[in-house]
Amino acid sequence: MAAAPPKVELRNVNLRYFGLEGETEALKDVSMSITPGEFVAIIGQSGCGKSTLLSLISGILMPTGGAVLLDGRAVAGPSRKVGYMLQQDYLFEWRTILENAVLGAEIQGADMGKARARATALLTRYGLGQFLHHLPRQLSGGMRQRVALARTLCTEPDIVLLDEPFAALDSQTRLALSDEVAVILRREKKTAILVTHDIGEAVSMAERVIVLSRRPGRVKSDHAIRFAAAERPTPLAARNAPEFNTYFNRLWQELEVHVEG
Amino acid sequence: MSKVETLTLASASPQYLAWLARERRGARIVRGTQLAILLAFLVLWEVLPKALIVNPVLTSYPSALWPTFLELLKSTPQQASILVHTWATALATVLGFTGAMVLGTAVAAALWWWNVLYKVLDPYLVVANAMPKTAFVPIFYIWLGATLSIYGMSLAISVFITILMIYSGFQGIDPNKIKLAQTFGATKGQILRKVVLPGSVPTLLAALKVNAGLSLVGVVVGEFQSANLGLGYLIQYGAQIFKMNIVMTGITILAIVSSLMYLGISWLEAVVMRRR
Repeated sequence: MAAAPPKVELRNVNLRYFGLEGETEALKDVSMSITPGEFVAIIGQSGCGKSTLLSLISGILMPTGGAVLLDGRAVAGPSRKVGYMLQQDYLFEWRTILENAVLGAEIQGADMGKARARATALLTRYGLGQFLHHLPRQLSGGMRQRVALARTLCTEPDIVLLDEPFAALDSQTRLALSDEVAVILRREKKTAILVTHDIGEAVSMAERVIVLSRRPGRVKSDHAIRFAAAERPTPLAARNAPEFNTYFNRLWQELEVHVEG
Repeated sequence: MSKVETLTLASASPQYLAWLARERRGARIVRGTQLAILLAFLVLWEVLPKALIVNPVLTSYPSALWPTFLELLKSTPQQASILVHTWATALATVLGFTGAMVLGTAVAAALWWWNVLYKVLDPYLVVANAMPKTAFVPIFYIWLGATLSIYGMSLAISVFITILMIYSGFQGIDPNKIKLAQTFGATKGQILRKVVLPGSVPTLLAALKVNAGLSLVGVVVGEFQSANLGLGYLIQYGAQIFKMNIVMTGITILAIVSSLMYLGISWLEAVVMRRR
């Protein structure tokens, strides 16, 4: 019997953006393979095509060459297997917290009674139980991003794409929330792909870090992040582990190299 | 409850109470000044013609309006009651701006849906909006007849600006909100219904405000030309027989109609925006 296909696979993916002034090569010959339950971080400098990569996996953008596969099947459009967390919460200001959290289920035509129950449970677990009928403007940035997480998980995706979801938060909230999110995603055994330019965030959250080169983005290197502890430490604990600095410095040099080159 | 806890008034500090009193005094001063301006205007309007500083035949005066109004209330074989005139004008105005909102939103949605359509029509819309629609009053009268030409003018004068305003509101929706809906697999229709339209409510209200005023202009100008009914007709009639009392009464009622529309729209805005 053949081995189970990778959860997410990119085969020689190319992407070009077209504009009247010319075309831009955003990604060139990108291949990678991510196993079920893996937490992968993709780092690279601004404009290296990191976010484009997530748009391709989510199916809202089609590659100009190569193929993107989920569970061995080529992506033809947005898939229900995939949940996408964007750089900001983008909560709809005219919807209550609960109504925002069930947006995905509503668009996908799911059973709304079940969706509301699931969203309520998620929001309650994230400490927002008393804010279900509040409006987004009444919540702080960290709370809003938790609502966005509930909105993503409410459709029960297998694969969660995180596009610098903490970038807009202050540094304390950012650390606390990335810790929470990593723990939640591991517990629920989701396959997660985190895009960031923050090396510390990548090393502390992911078990594998892929470095993209500058535009056009290519896979420059692929690093397994292993800690000596028997169990994977939480992101906050990982930052204190001795291995953290080693990985951090190695990745730092990787990124630094092509600032000069 | 907001994320900042509000203290109850009972436990408020004296500084806060003093600040509150200052705020309230400020609000009273604004209100008082507004009333004073209105009063000063009415007094000048009354006194200047009475003192013969301006010719009363040309301006009439406020104290003459009420008796004139009472007289105009009666309907005669030659002349309908002023209430009938007011009703005709108000109805045409409401029909005009409601039609402009519905049609404007529909056209804006079509332009949003088919970008090519927008590219093609853009110059025509801009020119149509800049055209003085009142130039068409005589033609509308010939094409549509006495009553329909007024509804037509009321719609024509406000529909183009409505299309342009609402379309630009649609364009102003954060593309990331649309991207978010797309990640859930939203269809174009779902994006329109769940993101673009609800996100454009403030724009729709702004368009309605512009619209209501313009439609009233369209109606009154239409009535000058073509009607035997409506405040525009009454004003025109009063001017022709040189009775400034009738003209000024008509204009005053127009001012009241405008104020009521303003209040109505403010109320609608308060109701709709409470959720934001």
